[in-house]
Amino acid sequence: MNSSVRRDSVLRYSPGVRTNHWLVAITFVLAALSGLSLFHPALFWLSNLFGGGPWTRILHPFIGLFMVLVFLGLAATVWDDNLLRPADWQWLRQWRDVVSNREDRLPEVGRYNAGQKLLFFVLVLCLIGLLLTGLAMWRAYFTLPVDLVRVASVLHAICALVLICSILVHIYAGFWVKGSVHAMLHGTVTPGWAWKHHRAWFRQITHDANPRTRSD
Amino acid sequence: MQSDIIRRSATTTPSPEVRGAYTGTVAKLIDTTKCIGCKACQVACMEWNDLRDDVGTNFGSYQNPADLSDRSWTLMRFTEYENPKGDLEWLIRKDGCMHCADPGCLKACPSPGAIVQYANGIVDFQEENCIGCGYCVTGCPFNIPRISKRDHKAYKCTLCSDRVAVGLEPACIKACPTGALVFGTKEEMKEHAAERIEDLKSRGFDQAGLYDPPGVGGTHVMYVLHHADQPALYAGLAPDPRISPLVRLWKGTAKPLSLALMGLTALAGFFHLVRVGRNEVDESDEAAARASLDASRKPEIRP
Repeated sequence: MNSSVRRDSVLRYSPGVRTNHWLVAITFVLAALSGLSLFHPALFWLSNLFGGGPWTRILHPFIGLFMVLVFLGLAATVWDDNLLRPADWQWLRQWRDVVSNREDRLPEVGRYNAGQKLLFFVLVLCLIGLLLTGLAMWRAYFTLPVDLVRVASVLHAICALVLICSILVHIYAGFWVKGSVHAMLHGTVTPGWAWKHHRAWFRQITHDANPRTRSD
Repeated sequence: MQSDIIRRSATTTPSPEVRGAYTGTVAKLIDTTKCIGCKACQVACMEWNDLRDDVGTNFGSYQNPADLSDRSWTLMRFTEYENPKGDLEWLIRKDGCMHCADPGCLKACPSPGAIVQYANGIVDFQEENCIGCGYCVTGCPFNIPRISKRDHKAYKCTLCSDRVAVGLEPACIKACPTGALVFGTKEEMKEHAAERIEDLKSRGFDQAGLYDPPGVGGTHVMYVLHHADQPALYAGLAPDPRISPLVRLWKGTAKPLSLALMGLTALAGFFHLVRVGRNEVDESDEAAARASLDASRKPEIRP
C-alpha cells in the first residue's frame, strides 16, 4: 500500500518539492525587493537591505538568474499536473462560487485547480520575460542597441508587476484556503482537505493506493 | 552642499533650490562652421579633468579616439560629406553631453542624487551616488553617458561645473584657437549664434541654423550648423531628439501605477478575508473522506 495516504494525513508535497518551492519563494522575495528599490524612488531604501545601491545593482541579476534556475526545477516537476483540461474552463466560469467559498458547486478538482494552473503559466511566462529582458538590461555583461534596452526595460517592469501581483494573490490564497501553508511547510493535508478542495486528486491517490479496487 | 539644484534624480520632493540663476542660465555654443578639428578642446578636457584614456588604434579617420568613453568626455567627430555640387565638406562636430533642459538620464536614474541639474542648466553626474545600473545610458537621447569598466560608475562631460561655479569658462572653451567654442548665458549665445547664422547665410549657406532641440526642452550645449536642415549629416546628430516614450512610460506613469496596482491587490486580499473569510475544512469533509477511504479499502479485506 502507498504510504502517502493514511487515515489522518495525505502526502501532498514531497520534501523535494517543498525545498524547491521555498527556494523559489525566498529568491522571489529577494529579487522583488531589490528590483522594486531600483524601480521606484519611494522604495530605494530597500536597497539598504542588500548593502546599498551598488550592491543591489550587482546582486539583483544574480538573484533573478538563480530564481529562474530553481523555478525550472519546480516547473518540470509540476508541469503535467498543471495542463488545463476542459473541466478547468467550467471551474473558471464559476469564479464567483470560487471566491465565495461555495466549493460544493464546482466541478471536482484534480491535483491543482484551474486558478492554480493559470497562476502557474502566468509565472512561467513572467519568468521567461524577466529572464530575457533582464539579460538585455544587464550592462555589466551585455551591450545591446539602446532601442532594444528601452523596450526590455518597460517589459521587465510589466512582467515584474504581473509576477508580484500574482504572487500576492498566491500568498493570500495559501492563507485563505486553510491548511495550504501547512501542506507546503510539512508536506501533508488531512483527508478532509483533499476531499474538499481536490476531490478528483483524492480519488486518484486512494485508487492508486489500492490498485485492486475497481473504480466503479 | 549645493543650494542651486533644480532637479535631482529619483527624488520626488523639491531639491535645495533657493539660489536661482537670475542672471540667466549658461550655454556652450559650438560653431561647427569655425571648427578646424585641432582637438585642443579634447586635450584641455583631459588636462583639466585629469583624464587619460587608453591609446586606441587608427581606424582610418582623424577622429581619435574612436568614441566617447568614461575617460573621453568630448570628441571631435569627423564626417566627410560630398555635397550635391560634388564638393567635399569636412563636417567636424564636437560631441559630448548636450546638457538637456529635460534630461533623459536624470529621468531614468534610480539612485537619489546621482544626477543633478543645477539652476544654471548644467546636468551633472555625482559619481559617489552612482550605482552603475546604466539606466542613464538607456534614458539619454544622445548616447552620451559611459559606464567605466574600472569602477562601474557613469561618466560624461560636466560642462566644467567646477570651473563655472567659480566664474570660469569650461576648459574646452579656453583652449579653442578659432573661437568655434564660446560660453556665456544662453541668451547671449543665442544672439551670438544669430549673428553667425546671418553671416553664414550671406556666404551661401541658406540652411545655416542653430541646433537647440525643443524636444528635450532645449540644450545648454548648442550647435551652429551649416546644414541645420540635416543634422544627421554631422555624424548622426539626432534631428529631433526627445526622451523615448518608452523611457517616459517606464520611469513616469508606470511607477505610481504599478505601486498602486500592487497595493490594491494586497488590499483586495485583505478585504476578501474580511468579507468572505477563510475556506476551512469541517468535520463533515473529514467524515466523507474517511468513508471514501474505507470504501476503497474494502476489497483488501476480502479473501
